[in-house]
Amino acid sequence: MSAPSGLPLPDVNAVPYDVDAIRADFPILEQTVHGRPLVYLDNAATAQKPEVVIDAIDRFFRQQNANIHRGVHALSVEATAAYDAVRAKVRAFINAQDDREIIFVRGTTEAINLVAQSFGRGAVGRGDEILVSEMEHHSNLVPWQLLAGQVGAVVKAAPITDDGELDLDALRAAFTDRTKLLAVTHVSNALGTVNPIAEIVVQAHAHGVPVVVDGAQAVPHIPVDVTALGCDFYAFSGHKMFGPTGIGVLYGRAELLEAMPPYQGGGGMIASVSFEGTTYAPIPTRFEAGTPAIAEVIGLGLAIDYLNDVSFEALMAYEDELVGYAVQQIGAVPGVRLIGTPQERVGVVSFVMDAAHPHDVGTVLDQDGIAVRAGHHCSQPVMDHFGVPATVRASFALYNTPEEVDTLVGGLRRVNEIFG
Amino acid sequence: MGNLKELYQEVILDHNRSPRNFREIADTPHHAEGHNPLCGDNITVWVELDGDVISDASFIGNGCAISKASASLMTQAVKGKRVSEAKELFKSFQKLVTGRVSPEESKDLLGKLILFAGVSQFPVRVKCASLSWHTMNAALEDAAEPVTTE
Repeated sequence: MSAPSGLPLPDVNAVPYDVDAIRADFPILEQTVHGRPLVYLDNAATAQKPEVVIDAIDRFFRQQNANIHRGVHALSVEATAAYDAVRAKVRAFINAQDDREIIFVRGTTEAINLVAQSFGRGAVGRGDEILVSEMEHHSNLVPWQLLAGQVGAVVKAAPITDDGELDLDALRAAFTDRTKLLAVTHVSNALGTVNPIAEIVVQAHAHGVPVVVDGAQAVPHIPVDVTALGCDFYAFSGHKMFGPTGIGVLYGRAELLEAMPPYQGGGGMIASVSFEGTTYAPIPTRFEAGTPAIAEVIGLGLAIDYLNDVSFEALMAYEDELVGYAVQQIGAVPGVRLIGTPQERVGVVSFVMDAAHPHDVGTVLDQDGIAVRAGHHCSQPVMDHFGVPATVRASFALYNTPEEVDTLVGGLRRVNEIFG
Repeated sequence: MGNLKELYQEVILDHNRSPRNFREIADTPHHAEGHNPLCGDNITVWVELDGDVISDASFIGNGCAISKASASLMTQAVKGKRVSEAKELFKSFQKLVTGRVSPEESKDLLGKLILFAGVSQFPVRVKCASLSWHTMNAALEDAAEPVTTE
C-alpha cells in the first residue's frame, strides 16, 4: 500500500513475522467458545490485550498503586514517574513535537468532545459551518451536532463514493468562508477506508480551517505521524490498540491547546484556587482534571512498547496480505455483497448476504466460535449511503490468521445452507 | 449446532422467506411503529377490530429472520382473538422467549408459537422475537409514539 501515514513505504520483505508467537502473547486467544477455538474478528470494536499489558496493570495494583503528583511518599513518586513516562512514549509513538501536546482522556469519544467544547466553542459561531464526512463514526458527528446546536452553527457532511472512499472533489468544493472546522476519520470503522489525511489537511489549511482527526481505527494498523499529517488535533483510544479500556489520547498542537479554556474543572488542573478566582495549570495538566486512569495509562505504555516491538513495518505487510485474502475469500462466497471497496483499506471487511440478515449471520457464526459484529457500527450515515440497515463486519488485528479467514468463510457457507 | 437448529426451525425459516400478512391494512386507525435501535430493525403493525375481536392483522418491516418470522406468525395467531386474549398471548410469548416457561407448559395457549422457545438460548435475540408483539400491543392502544426495544 502507499503511505497513508505520510511515512515512507516499508520494504515488505524486510521483516519476518511469526504470527504464532504473537498469538501466544494474547492469553484470551487460547480459549474455546461454544466448544470451538475462538476466532476473534471484532477488533474494530476492541482489540485483545497481550500478557505484558495485563501484567503491567496487575503489577501496578499489587505493588505500585498510589495517586500521582504532589505525593511525597515513595509509592506516589514511583507512580508519578511511571505515569509521566508514558506521555513521552505517546509523543514519540505519534511523532508529536512536545510532551505537552499529549492529553490523557477516557478515549476517542472524550477527546473529540473535549475539542468540540473547549476549542469549538471559541472557534465556531452563529451561522458558521462544521464540516464532517459521511463516513464518520457517531462519536465524530454527534459532538459536532451538539456544538452546532449550542452556538447556532450547522454541520455539513462531505459525501463518500460508492466504493466507500471520501469524495475528495466534493470535499474540496464543500469549504466555504463560513467553514470553521473539519472533523474527519483517518480510517473508517465501518468500511476500513484509509483517508489521505495529509492531503486533506493541506486543503483545509488553505482555507484556514483546522482539522480534527479521529484516529481510533488507524493506530492499531498504521504508524501515525501527526507532524507529517499536519493535523491540528488527533484522537485515539488505548483499547483498540491492545491497551486497556478507559484511556485514550488527544493530541493537539501546543499553540491551540494553550489558548483553550479547561474542559472540566477539578483537582489537578489548577495553578491556584480562591473564591476570588482560579487560575489554571498549563497544558497538558489543564485538561486532566481529577485523578486520571493511572494504571490504564501505564498499560497503554506497554501496548505502545508491544506495537513497537512487533514493528509497524512487519505488521502492515502481514495485515495487508491477510485483509486482502479476507476480501477475496469473503467476496467469493455466493450471495455476499461487500460494502465498501476502497483502494486503501486496513482492518475491516464489511458485507451483507442475500440469504440472511446480518444479525442472523452473526448468530450462526457465533455458534462456530467466530466473533464478528453485526449492526450499523455507530455509522448510520454510511449504512444509509449503501441502502442497508446493517452489515456484518469482520475486523482483523495483528494476531489473526488466514486459517481464521477460512473458518469465517466456512461459517458463511453454512449461513447459505441454513437460510438458502 | 443443536441450539441453532432449535432457533432456526424450518417453519421460522419459511415465514422469514415468505412472511404472511405482509401488507398494509388501509382504513384502520389501529397501527403502530416499532424500532430496535441496536440493530436497525423497524416494523409497522396494523390491526383491524370488529368490536373487541381482531378481525385482521398485518405487518411490514425490515429485520432479521427471527423478527420477521415472529411478526408473521403473530399476525396469524392473533387473528380472530379478542383483544384481551391477544394481550394474554403476548405475555405468554414473552415468558416463553425469556425461558420463564417451558414450551410444554405453554403449548395449549401458544400453539405454533412455541417454535420460538429456542430464542431463550440466545438472550441477545429476545428483542428480535418480541419487537412485533410490543408493536402490536401499541397498535391496540393506539400509541402515537413509536415503540422501541431500548
